[in-house]
Parts: sequence; structure tokens; C-alpha cells
Amino acid sequence: MTRDRRLSWINGLLLPLFNVLTAFIATGIVFLFIGVDPIEATKILIYGALGYDEGLGYTLYYATNFVFTGLAVAVAFHAGLFNIGGEGQAYVGGLGTALVALYMNPALSAWIVIPLAISGGLLFGALWAIIPAYLQAYRGSHIVITTIMFNFIASSLMVYVLVNVLREVGEMSPESGDFIEASWIPFVHDVLANFGYEVTRSPLNMSIFVALFFSAVVWFFLWHTRWGFAIRAAGKSNEAAIYSGINPKKIIVVTMCISGALAGLVGINELMGVQHRLFLNFNYGYGFGGIAVALMGRNHPVGILIAAFLFGILYQGGAELDFELQNVSRDIVVVMQGLVILFCGGLEYLYRPVLIRYLAPVEASE
Amino acid sequence: MTKSNIAIELINVDKHFGAVHANDKVNLSVKTGTIHGIVGENGAGKSTLMSILYGFYQADSGQIKVFDKDFRATSSKQSIEAGIGMVHQHFMLVDNFTVLENVILGSEGGALITESLANARIELTRLAKEYGLEVELDIAVEELSVGMQQRVEILKGLYKGAKVLILDEPTGVLTPQESDELFRIFEALKNEGVTIILITHKLREIMNITDHVSVMRAGKMVAHRETSKTNPEELAELMIGRKVLLNIKKSKAKIGKPLLVAKNLEINNEQGLKRVSEVSFEARSGEILGIAGVTGNGQGTLLKALAGILPLTKGSIEIMGETISPKSRLNPEQLRNLGVAHVPEDRQKMGMIAEFSASETALMGYQNDKDLNQGIWLKKSLVKANCASIMEAFDVRPPNPNLMSSNFSGGNQQKLILAREFERDPEVLIIGQPTRGVDIGAIEFIRKRIIQMRDAGKAIVLISVELEEIMSLSDRIIVMCDGIITGTVNGADADEATLGMMMANALESPAEAKGAEI
Repeated sequence: MTRDRRLSWINGLLLPLFNVLTAFIATGIVFLFIGVDPIEATKILIYGALGYDEGLGYTLYYATNFVFTGLAVAVAFHAGLFNIGGEGQAYVGGLGTALVALYMNPALSAWIVIPLAISGGLLFGALWAIIPAYLQAYRGSHIVITTIMFNFIASSLMVYVLVNVLREVGEMSPESGDFIEASWIPFVHDVLANFGYEVTRSPLNMSIFVALFFSAVVWFFLWHTRWGFAIRAAGKSNEAAIYSGINPKKIIVVTMCISGALAGLVGINELMGVQHRLFLNFNYGYGFGGIAVALMGRNHPVGILIAAFLFGILYQGGAELDFELQNVSRDIVVVMQGLVILFCGGLEYLYRPVLIRYLAPVEASE
Repeated sequence: MTKSNIAIELINVDKHFGAVHANDKVNLSVKTGTIHGIVGENGAGKSTLMSILYGFYQADSGQIKVFDKDFRATSSKQSIEAGIGMVHQHFMLVDNFTVLENVILGSEGGALITESLANARIELTRLAKEYGLEVELDIAVEELSVGMQQRVEILKGLYKGAKVLILDEPTGVLTPQESDELFRIFEALKNEGVTIILITHKLREIMNITDHVSVMRAGKMVAHRETSKTNPEELAELMIGRKVLLNIKKSKAKIGKPLLVAKNLEINNEQGLKRVSEVSFEARSGEILGIAGVTGNGQGTLLKALAGILPLTKGSIEIMGETISPKSRLNPEQLRNLGVAHVPEDRQKMGMIAEFSASETALMGYQNDKDLNQGIWLKKSLVKANCASIMEAFDVRPPNPNLMSSNFSGGNQQKLILAREFERDPEVLIIGQPTRGVDIGAIEFIRKRIIQMRDAGKAIVLISVELEEIMSLSDRIIVMCDGIITGTVNGADADEATLGMMMANALESPAEAKGAEI
């Protein structure tokens, strides 16, 4: 193996792996502090997330959301933009989905309604990203500041919409009525039952295939189209992009629209797939989780799939821990997530020098 | 026993950076009170060696003696204490500080600087008198010319007690006249017993002012010569290890019709400051139009406007039958489609993307090319094949389209960029600093290719800060100073002195020189 290949293996696989392991060890130390046996906890976590079909279903269901928001962050990242507005874009995207799924003619076929509702999510997510994008491109307001502020605006907007517009008469809680049935994305357990496989009910639905589809689309788009090339060029060097006839301002707007649209897909899993209505805070945590997923997945769709799966395990396994152990609350997931972000993001290159020294030493002849 | 007269002695100094053997058992001795030149190609290890002397890097092994004392610096502070001063290629001055404030920077003394300022004033007045280094002390550095700023750097070194001054490419930013002034200062310093180490790649300077010269090649010190007993040809050969043609022969230009006509251009730079005004010229088929000038006198801005990167604020450019004016812009892509190729001045920032593979750098500007796309699909295989073929045409080494662009040497990066632009068979070529930071072997190759394009009937606009390059390539030369054209001369009639005067806009009757414009 040439040194270049070894280096890419180190960067692409070993480094994230070591980082995650370190994060787990650190989590183990936290467990020791709160008087929990880390090995016992790990067993519960792994079993809870992967050990039986319902747990696995939940894990994949959570992972689906992380794939969407992870892809969103990654696409923006390739254009040199740090989109931390996934939370708001997912939220407003959900509104787009809901509007289609609530008000379409119930007699229409699912084959028409579902794609339209998905498009609604894409469109509203993109719209929510376009304003910060425009402000960054043409007015110089930093996208990190504007997208995070738009999360708050989204939150207020959705409360208003749910309380004053979509809430049904006589209903106490701020949520919409039920979606038309044609917009429901089938559960995986139902689909499998049709083929004669019995699995336990879980919220896992066919949206996971939408997530896989968009992962492939993002991969193709970024690395195999001229637009992807333009985005990556603009992300690396503004001057080089202009030189190449690329308009970086346009790139900012277009890329953020794509990014927002991807984040807007969280709603199809949560709303069309599971709850079949729009409700408060369905997006909670997935937008920010997506940042960690993209970081861990090195902004590559394959990496994001793996990282999203890991985060799915953490979410589901964390819920099990909460359930099984007295002195562990669900918030332990946030701690683990934080440690993963710390070691995969902040201390990304912690092991790099050591790994290079032992696995890809400099050879004078090369 | 008398003290030896060796100021600096390096014995078997060795330094690795990863796989790169930057300094390979280097030996060097510099006599006190002499001017010692160090020449070598880019990447030969000159700068590394000097950075070791100045305490930026530590040698892996070897011994350094400064005035017969063992020396091992881990910071520039120790080097200053040992009597070594360094003038960097890019000045280390605080622009909005006065000269006096800049000089005491780093040696302020107590809590209040009033006293040290007063002391510095006395000391500087003395130094200025002794060495002929007069500079106004209470003026902000940003208001000084580049030549004067360099003096401030030298004064800074002397004020801190430097007995050995290292200068890294000191004339890169100077007009020929300013360079001569600098060399006069060198002589004065030398007469006062200061030792000077001059790092340069300009052999003319070495021949003119040094007493001794050492040549580096690929990290090794390959020769030491007494300057009076060597010649530029020998030095060039030592630098690259084979004979080179410094002056490229070219046939007489067969000049055709104008392909690019610029009229009364006024252009603002990226910050919106007016950098070019009243510039008019023609570039004709089959000729090389050289634009000379000291860095930062509007040439770069002009080049970007010609390539469609910056808009015009006044005037017009007729290019390949289209007209660019403040109202109708053409973007870089549209210009490329018209047959205008652009080799940017800043290779690293604009001409390539360091983290991209060579094939992707070779795609820049041509990403929408129909030959490389099938519908929405940008065909990787075609992109790579295209890159491989242009790499072969320009002898880019290693010829590997998958290698990251930053892993090529400067010369090969530049060849890749030139290949990308030349191999599309453009009609007008706008070329900025084609050989900046490129080794001599590649320089020869690149210049030959530019002349080939001229002989193929292309119109070439060449911008370079290397006067020697402008003179050896151009059929016609225009000189810019402060954003205006200060002179036009025929390539054959050009001499360095006249061009230098024009570059400083110091010609007796600039109006007359302008009148010569076509």
C-alpha cells in the first residue's frame, strides 16, 4: 500500500474510530463518577440499541433523522459554510410537509401525495435557509449568526402557527389535525408483514430509504456534477472560484437552499412516517445532532450514514439506560453526544501524529 | 592566538522536514566584514538554513559558530543577542507606527516607553549618519516607500546590535534605482565592519556586489566561489546541475491585427480603491506585450480586469470582437469561451486549489465544458484523461492526475496551470508572473512555451515584476507606475536604466514617453 493510501485510511477510518472509542472511554469515566458500572451500562446500551428487533427499529428510526441533518450540514460545509440552522430548517420544513399532508384532496393516491409532501418539506426547508444565505452573500452578515437566530425565529413561528392557525377547534394541545391517510409513509414492520416477516412494531418507516436515496444523490451531486465541482471550488477558495468563472455569491445561496432542503426532510420521517400530525418540537435536537454527525462522518455521505447509525445507537441505547438504571437520566445521551463532538470535532487530530508515525512512516525513497 | 575573522561558521548542519531533506550536511563560513551571497533555486534550502541561524528552526544535527562561539538558537531573541539581524522578504513592520516606534518594538525597556524612545532617537541619528541610512523618524511607516521601509528594517537590525545582517531576497520589491541605493548602503555597512549575507536568485546582484558566493542545490551546499573568479553561467549551472539558456532566442515577431484593444481604462481593486487610470494599449496577434512595473502599481488590477474578474469603472476593452465596458461585463467564463486564457499572478490562491487533485485543478474554468460533461454527469474518466494529456504536453512531474495539487513543486504547479490554459488553443493569453517561484529549469521551459504561442499568432499580455523576464520575452513593453502608463518602449530597445526610471515615473518628460504609445 502506498503512503498516500495509508494516510487516507488513517484519516478516513482509523482516526474517527479512535476518536469514538476515546469518547466512549470518557463516557465510561463519567459513569464511574455517578456510580454506574460502565461495562454494565455498555451492555445495556448495546443490547437496547441493537439486541432485539424493536430496539434496532428505533435506532434506525433515529438514525434516519440524523442522516438528513448530517447531509444538510455536510453540503453546506463543502461550500465553506457552517449551517447551524438545521434545527430551524427541519422545523419549518415540517410545516411544508404538513401543509401538503393536511390539505391535499384525500382521494388522491399516495403515489402523488407522498412525493408532493416530501417536496413541501424540501421547499420550506430551502426557503428557511435562503434568507440567511442571501444576507451572507450580498450583505455580509455571517451565516453562523443568522442561521442560529433563524432557529429561534422558526421556533416562535411554529408556536404561532400551531396555536393560532393549525390547531383544531376545541383541541387543547398545540398540534394540527391528522394528516390525510394517503400521506402516511408505511412502517417497515407493516411492509415486512406483507412479505410474511413478523417483526415487532417500531417507528421505523420507509423514510429510511428516502435518506439512503438522498445520501446517494448528495454523493453524486458533489463529486460527479459540474455544480458540485463549483460548490467545492468555492468552498476551498473564493478567488480560485471567481477565476474559474464561478459566482461565489450564487453558490452560497444555492448551496444553502440545498442544505436547508435536506434538513427539511426530518419532517417526513417524524411526521409522515410516525406521528401523522404536526406538533411542537418534533425536530428537537436533530439539527444540532446533524452537526456532530457531519463532523464525525467527515462530510462524506458514507461517513454520515455510519455516524448517523452511531447516533441512533446513542439515542436508543440512552433511552434504555434511562429506563434500566436508577441513577441515569436520558440526559446522559447529551453527555455522550458532547463527548463524541469533543473528541471527533475539537480533538479531531489527537491521534494523527502517533498513527502516522507507526502506520505510515515517512519513507525517504518515496 | 588572534581571533579568527570568521563571523559565521556552519559545520554539517542537517535538517529534515518529514520526507524533505531541507539541509543536507551544510558547511558554510562567512568572513567578517564581507558580503556573502547565497544562491539556489526555490526549495534549495536557503531559507531553511537562514531560519536556523535566526532561531526559527533548530538543526537536527551539526554545529553553528557565531564569532567563534558555539551557538544554538531556539528563538530569534537569542540570535539578536548573538548579533544576527534579519531582514525578511516581507517586512515585519507595524504600518501605523512611526519609524521610531517600529525600531524599538521588541526592546521597549521599562513600563513607559518615553525613555527608550529618546534613547533610540539619539542612537538612530548616529547610525543614520554613520551608514548613510537617513530616514525620517516620526513618520508612519505606511507613508514610506518600499525602499525606505526596507531601510527601517535594516536600521532595526543595527539598532539591536546586529553585526551580521541576513537579507532574504531584498530587491524583489524594489526598482532598479532603489536596488542600487540599497547596494550603496551595503558597501557603507561593509566598510564599517558589518557582515552581510544576501540570499537571492538574481545572479546579476551576486556578481555586482558580493565578495563570496555559495551555491545551494537540493539541500546541499554544492560550491563556494570567490565572486571575482566566477561568472553567471557557471553559477546557473551549479544551481541546477546542468547548462541552461538564460536568454532565450526568439525569431522576429510576425505582428498581425489587434486582438485586444484597451481604451482609457479605469479600474478599482477589490477594496474599491482606484488602482488603474487612463490606461490604453493594444495587444496584437503574434506579439508579446510586456507590462513592467514594481509590484502594486496597478498591473495586477489591470490583469484581473482583462480576465473579467474585476469590472471597469471607465473605458472599454475590445476583445475578440466583443466589447467590455462598465455597463457590459463579461465574466471569466464568457471570456474563456471567447478564447481568452488567463494565467493568474497568484498561483496558490487563484490558479489552483491546493486540496484538489491535479485533475480537478486542471478542470478549473472548464468545468462546464461539453466535452467533459454528459448531461448532468461530469465524467471523472474524461477529466482525468484530459489532465493526463496536458500533463504530458507540458512535462508535469509526476504525471499523476490523482495527486493532490499541493504535492507538486512550484514549477510543476505552474506548468499544470499553463498547460490548462495553453492547451485549449486560446487566441489571447493574459499571463501574470509566469515564472514566480519556479526553478530555473522550468523557467526556461515556460518561456519557450510562451514564445511558441506568440509564434503561433496569439496575442500575449505578459505581466511580470522580473525586468529581466519582461526584457527577454517582450516585443513591446509598457511600464506602469501608480496606475498609469509611464512609458512605452520597443522590446529590442529596452534597457534596464530607462525602464527603471519609468517604473519610478522619474523620466524627464513622461509626456514624451506617453506620446510614444501606439
